[in-house]
Amino acid sequence: MIANYGFKDGSGDWYVTIDTDKCNGCGKCVEVCPEKILEVGPDEIDIFREEPVAFVKHEERKKIRYHCAPCKPGYGSEPPPCAAACEPRAISHSDGWKACFKDSHQ
Amino acid sequence: MIVAGIDVGGKNVHIVIKKDGQIIGKGTSPTGIKKAEAVEALYEQVLKQAGLTRKDVECVVATGSAAKRVAFANGSIADAAADARGVIKLFPNARTVINVGAEEGRSIKVSPEGKVLDFAVNDKCAAGTGTFVEAMSRALEVSVEEMSKIALDSTKSIPMNAQCAVFGESEVVSLIHQKTSKPDISRAVMDAVAGRVGSVARIVGLEKDVVVVGGMAKNAGFVDSLQNNIEMPVTVPEDPDYIGAIGAADAALSGVIE
Amino acid sequence: MVQQGKPVEFWRWPETNWVNPDIDWKKGKFVTAGVDVGSVSTQAVIMVDGEFYAFGNTRTGSDSPNSAIKGMGYTLEKTDMKIDNIDYCIGTGYGRVNVPMAQQAVTEISCHARGANFMYGPEVRTVMDMGGQDCKAINVDDRGKVLNFIMNDKCAAGTGRGMEVFADLIHVPVWEVGPRSFQISKEPPMISSTCVVFAKSEVVGLLEQGVPENEIMAAYCSAMAHRIMELLKRLGVKEKFVITGGIAKNEGVVKRLEKELGIKTAEQAWANLQYRKKNYPFDTQLAGAMGAALFGQALLKMGKAKSARKPGIVE
Repeated sequence: MIANYGFKDGSGDWYVTIDTDKCNGCGKCVEVCPEKILEVGPDEIDIFREEPVAFVKHEERKKIRYHCAPCKPGYGSEPPPCAAACEPRAISHSDGWKACFKDSHQ
Repeated sequence: MIVAGIDVGGKNVHIVIKKDGQIIGKGTSPTGIKKAEAVEALYEQVLKQAGLTRKDVECVVATGSAAKRVAFANGSIADAAADARGVIKLFPNARTVINVGAEEGRSIKVSPEGKVLDFAVNDKCAAGTGTFVEAMSRALEVSVEEMSKIALDSTKSIPMNAQCAVFGESEVVSLIHQKTSKPDISRAVMDAVAGRVGSVARIVGLEKDVVVVGGMAKNAGFVDSLQNNIEMPVTVPEDPDYIGAIGAADAALSGVIE
Repeated sequence: MVQQGKPVEFWRWPETNWVNPDIDWKKGKFVTAGVDVGSVSTQAVIMVDGEFYAFGNTRTGSDSPNSAIKGMGYTLEKTDMKIDNIDYCIGTGYGRVNVPMAQQAVTEISCHARGANFMYGPEVRTVMDMGGQDCKAINVDDRGKVLNFIMNDKCAAGTGRGMEVFADLIHVPVWEVGPRSFQISKEPPMISSTCVVFAKSEVVGLLEQGVPENEIMAAYCSAMAHRIMELLKRLGVKEKFVITGGIAKNEGVVKRLEKELGIKTAEQAWANLQYRKKNYPFDTQLAGAMGAALFGQALLKMGKAKSARKPGIVE
């Protein structure tokens, strides 16, 4: 399952996407996230899934834009810490942060 | 040499007229629906006050979200460039300029020469702009000016859950029903906007000195919340809302226009 | 129809309840219930061995527990069943953790997917629910399992609330916006601001310029359709495409969305031909509660029900 956590507003798409078919529930993303927005636990969408899965905490979903900003997802070639730590490559970010950053014009 | 800088923002027009680097006239008025007419009327008024006529002005540079509406301008410069120029003249040590206006918030990393190195912007969403505070002020039935002051008297910090101005209004109403004090609600509103502005600033990186400009810089409650959020002191120039116009006038003087 | 009471406001649906005359619950093995507490309306559905037995659709009150109790009570009213006769109850929706009679809470995304699969049939691939304060789009497989989802509950644009704000601003009842948006000579450009607050200023500007009201409504409906479209783009829409919730009733938005997508929305009718023949009420708002009740059935059958306790109001 592709789980998109976050929101879309006038200024762009602000989502952390977790591919739960790839996620192995290892929890490394939780450890490295400086803003502590991630959690590993029972799959709340697929209630029949036995294995734990990573997801974005409820209270963080509406604030994701602000809390992911310090890691600058999409800016430069470095992936943000959570994506870098994820061995099965289950985590990605939408392009809102990237679009919000504009190269200097002058 | 006499030059003019015109900043046409989402809510207000600001005009500055400079003679040999000195400000000799300035004025502001609401942008309104008919932007071109508002600019025209204000320009005439500012010229008159300075004892000038249109012919005396050698170069006019426009900036702001509706810069293109200034038909008589000789050119325009980007908002961020105008902010950078306007600020660096006043504060040579400024490295980060945060501009929070009615409809937009941006953070700019500037070079010692006043060049834009990087910038990040929050637009097309009222959260993190002056419009958000205005909407909350209507719900709270307290003027923005008053909110700005009483926010400083708040004794406890309450996080706002709503991120959207529309949902925020309902949240303010429910906070009122819960008998939350007006200073505490005002503080919550300022903290919310500061949180969003701070996060945009963190994208480009915060480097001292930080200068805050734009209409929201006149809001003491907001500036205080922003300082807490970014954990750095900030400087607010006199007339922070005129910075864009000053920068545009400076560009006219240097002949750097698009 | 099964509707009772008078509609007071358009977005607050008339309260309704119904019981299936063809089922004797006493003969059933598993009786399960789903309670969906939304920001605007609360639904309860009771199922007997996976068959639709009863429902109640009520307005959400000031708090979730009372809304759930009211919704369940209203549903039971038509039956000869008591709350203790329900073997398992699942809460869902925005107030799901505050449903006193529920043994378990399941997110509305899963429940809507499961419910839509039951109601519209296994061919459903995309479910879009447009609520009063949120908007969610879900891709599902033929068993109603969620494959991909996207939700937006942060921003008012593209929600029922956004449409209400607009209706208030132009002083036109919200239910007239859709039909009137087609009474125009040519389709105007859409409102360019996404943010509802900025769109308000834009609309005021258009009104001051003397643009006819109907054209402004068309411009707003197009903007909303476009916005939903953008959300769907992230997900990828597949037929059968189902749209539920309050905005589903606004043809001004739905028809423009269908046009932009090039995909028609599915007919609002039971996939189950028996249900269709017997004229069982089909209310798209029931999808969440229906899905919750179905999950209850599945959990009981699998012996995975989390609590053996009978549903009842917990003090």
